Amino acid sequence: MTAAAPPPAATNRLGFTRDVYKGGVSTLCAGCGHDSITTNLIRALFESGVNPYKVAKLSGIGCSSKTPAYFLGKSHGFNAVHGRMPSIATGAKLANSGLTCVGVSGDGDTASIGMGQFCHLVRRNVDMLYLIEDNGVYGLTKGQFSATADQGSKKKGGAANPFELIDCCELAMTLDCGFVARSFSGDAKQLVPLLKAGTAHRGLALIDVISPCITFNNHEGSTKSYAYVKDHDKPLHAIDYVEPQPEIVVDYDAGTTKVVDLPDGGRIILKKIDRDYDPTDKVAAMSALEEARHAGVLLTGLLYVDPKKADLNAIANMVDKPLWSLTEAETRPSKAVLEEILSGYR
Amino acid sequence: MSAKRIVNDVSIQVATVNGSGSQTSNIVLSKTLFRMGIPVGAKNLFPSNIAGLPTWYTVRASKDGYVARKKEIDILVCLNEMTFAEDVNAVQDGGVLLHEASYKFPAGWDRPGVIRYAVPFDELAEKQIPDARLRKLLTNMLYVGILIELLGLDFEVTRQVVTDQFSGKTKAIEPNLSAIQVGMKWAKENLKKQDPFFIEKMNKTQGKLLIEGNAACALGSMFAGCTVVAWYPITPSSSLVENFIDFAKEHRHTADGKATYAVVQAEDELASIGIVLGAGWAGARAMTSTAGPGISLMAEFAGLGYYAEIPAVLFDVQRVGPSTGLPTRTMQGDIREVSHLSHGDTCHPMIFPASMGECFTMSQEAFDLAERLQTPVFVMTDLDMGMNLWMTDPFPYVDKAFDRGKVLNAEQLQKLGKFERYRDVDGDAIPYRTLPGTEHPLAAYFTRGSGHNEAAGYTEKAQDYVRVMDRLKRKFDTARTLVPQPEIQAVPGAEVGLLAFGSTDLCMRECRDQLDAAGLKPSYYRLRAFPFTTHLAEFLKAHKRIYVIEQNRDGQMFDLIRLEVGSELSAKLRSVRHYNGLPVDARSLSDAVLEQEGMKSKAAASKASAAQHHEGMD
Repeated sequence: MTAAAPPPAATNRLGFTRDVYKGGVSTLCAGCGHDSITTNLIRALFESGVNPYKVAKLSGIGCSSKTPAYFLGKSHGFNAVHGRMPSIATGAKLANSGLTCVGVSGDGDTASIGMGQFCHLVRRNVDMLYLIEDNGVYGLTKGQFSATADQGSKKKGGAANPFELIDCCELAMTLDCGFVARSFSGDAKQLVPLLKAGTAHRGLALIDVISPCITFNNHEGSTKSYAYVKDHDKPLHAIDYVEPQPEIVVDYDAGTTKVVDLPDGGRIILKKIDRDYDPTDKVAAMSALEEARHAGVLLTGLLYVDPKKADLNAIANMVDKPLWSLTEAETRPSKAVLEEILSGYR
Repeated sequence: MSAKRIVNDVSIQVATVNGSGSQTSNIVLSKTLFRMGIPVGAKNLFPSNIAGLPTWYTVRASKDGYVARKKEIDILVCLNEMTFAEDVNAVQDGGVLLHEASYKFPAGWDRPGVIRYAVPFDELAEKQIPDARLRKLLTNMLYVGILIELLGLDFEVTRQVVTDQFSGKTKAIEPNLSAIQVGMKWAKENLKKQDPFFIEKMNKTQGKLLIEGNAACALGSMFAGCTVVAWYPITPSSSLVENFIDFAKEHRHTADGKATYAVVQAEDELASIGIVLGAGWAGARAMTSTAGPGISLMAEFAGLGYYAEIPAVLFDVQRVGPSTGLPTRTMQGDIREVSHLSHGDTCHPMIFPASMGECFTMSQEAFDLAERLQTPVFVMTDLDMGMNLWMTDPFPYVDKAFDRGKVLNAEQLQKLGKFERYRDVDGDAIPYRTLPGTEHPLAAYFTRGSGHNEAAGYTEKAQDYVRVMDRLKRKFDTARTLVPQPEIQAVPGAEVGLLAFGSTDLCMRECRDQLDAAGLKPSYYRLRAFPFTTHLAEFLKAHKRIYVIEQNRDGQMFDLIRLEVGSELSAKLRSVRHYNGLPVDARSLSDAVLEQEGMKSKAAASKASAAQHHEGMD
């Protein structure tokens, strides 16, 4: 017997290996929560069999916005200006409806400088995955509070944040976002299915991922440190995502499980932990978030989902062929049309 | 009545209150003159307001084809009591004041040289327009009727204009026509003509159109195959995208009703340009339209577009700045800002249409240029061009293939076996790009506004940074050979040259005729783009003094040229600026040139004793 050949690298349904979903080496601080999110994203996109050539990675400015360089090295990336990735994504998705847009933003990029664009991205329901890698602090400029820092949370050196936070999940719900989730960078079990479901969702899928900043916001007194988040994290449900399949063979316990069907045939499976939670009830979701905030609890999981909401491309009622690829014959009206129009100006 | 008849050469200004429906009457008057075959120019001098503030409209009819605003007003129709005291001084001697009879002249006002016609507009309206709801709107039609009688316009032509104007709401045709006839009847019975102005049919407008630049640019964009539009409403550019939407609704849907375009009304101009850049990056022909305040907001993204090399078309329908400025008045005030919009070393191509035909054709060229050069291209019009009716020949249909620029697809990548986004492969400093979604392992690259090397990798290395920046500079040199070339009318032996661009051109033939009459006979260089072409230095070399004529206070184009041509040639440059927000007129320009030449125009000489207003003119 000769020595056994090395086992073939595992491939996904499109025949791509996991390596294709990897990117460059991270230059973030060792132990950064963002790197865990990157790892989970690579896994989610690989396992879901998302075509890497069809992905557009988009980001703004900040530590979080650097991460698209660290995953999907075979995908086009766009590191835009601070807070304005949403408009770039909107244009790209209109130009090419076939793109899978993955946006990575931070709490400063979204909740401060990019607040306006974020709100309008949600309002227009652009079909994309929008991650907020949320650490409550400005890392690249060395430790200033961001707008998602909890009131009373302490900076390195002890100063407390005097202002109320902006809760991007609650905000998105008031804007009727069709997919709102919150997770923790250290919880791969919850984050991976959320990332898969968010990618499959048609419309804007927001996942606010609490992602501790190891350098500037991981101390005693911070409400976004690893220790604090682990202590206060309260998952709403155990979540699983099942890819579209020709036949549903899994049995669910109707009493403890809720199933959300996505338009592409995928299914989100939510298993009850210790309370009944209906993520299709927006009012209940908002009050759950409010109650949790006042109780100092971090609710994580799929907060709200409406899989049937029309996205921007559907509202724009465009041809199926991507707009960028339309030819002269498809976009330039005839000479007769020009003459007809001009005759109205005599 | 004066013995001298002045035929087909008259400027009429109508003073009304905005929101009173006066715009329709003004258009009916303009189109009647136009369809009678007399070249016309129409300018709306309106307030930044929906109703209740003063507004003026000037119509000029000129057998010679001088259709820019005329400095002198021949007939002033006063239908706004608020501005009457000022209006009565705006008309020149020999001119006409046609006013509501009840208005009081300012105490001591005594200008025997001005012919006055007092018309009881309000009383006529009260008695003759039975529908009280329509009375306010129709009062303005009375003046049209009076002018028809006074000038000898053809009512049958007016009848057709009104019919066409209200084609969507036929019920309005009869009331409007009868209001016009009330005015005509009153004038016939009560006015004794004392003025010399007459209109007679001629055939100088046959086949021509009256259109606004915003409509022409919108048409150009539609025929250029523009697929993504993002905008934020702002005067005076809003009607550009609104026209695009109207045209596209009719002509850019497939048989099954699907759109071959998308329009997003964005939350602000920052988002508008962001959407356009996102779409351009993904390969679409995309545009936005704005005015100065929007341009200021777009500065950040303009720099990204330049550095990351993304095609985009931006229409800047310029208005008066700084800041909010005069939103409804015209200016070429964004030249300096746009040329180098954004921080760091940036420069952007600008193209300057000067006619409705060029608004149409150069809009199309802008999309080709943007994709060829992979950079934002600015089409610089202004409120005068954008929102006023300009006469034009029908637009030529352009049927050549779109230039989609250097885009590599999967098959080409496979053949090449190598791709670096920012490498100058062809020696023209324009690199190749790929579009997101291209299914090939070599296709992907990372677009960023931060430092990048030729392979699009992040870098802070000095030599990598300089390499890319130097290539961008060379790319701008390539742009010189691709942008629209100037139009030069060289006069043999001329010492003096005039240089103008954009909407100023409308009055340049008249201006040059005035200068010729004064004995100057200058050459003319109509600049059509920035970066400048090699023709510019040649023109400067060939003349002793070159007047750069523009509509802003600081001589923005003058400065750009000076920066470019070096000290020896720039010593030949002179500057003429018009910046009071009104559409530029020939006389102001020719007087300014003659003054700097130490000469006097005939008109100026004869008026030497009269105090002249030179506000906003330098």
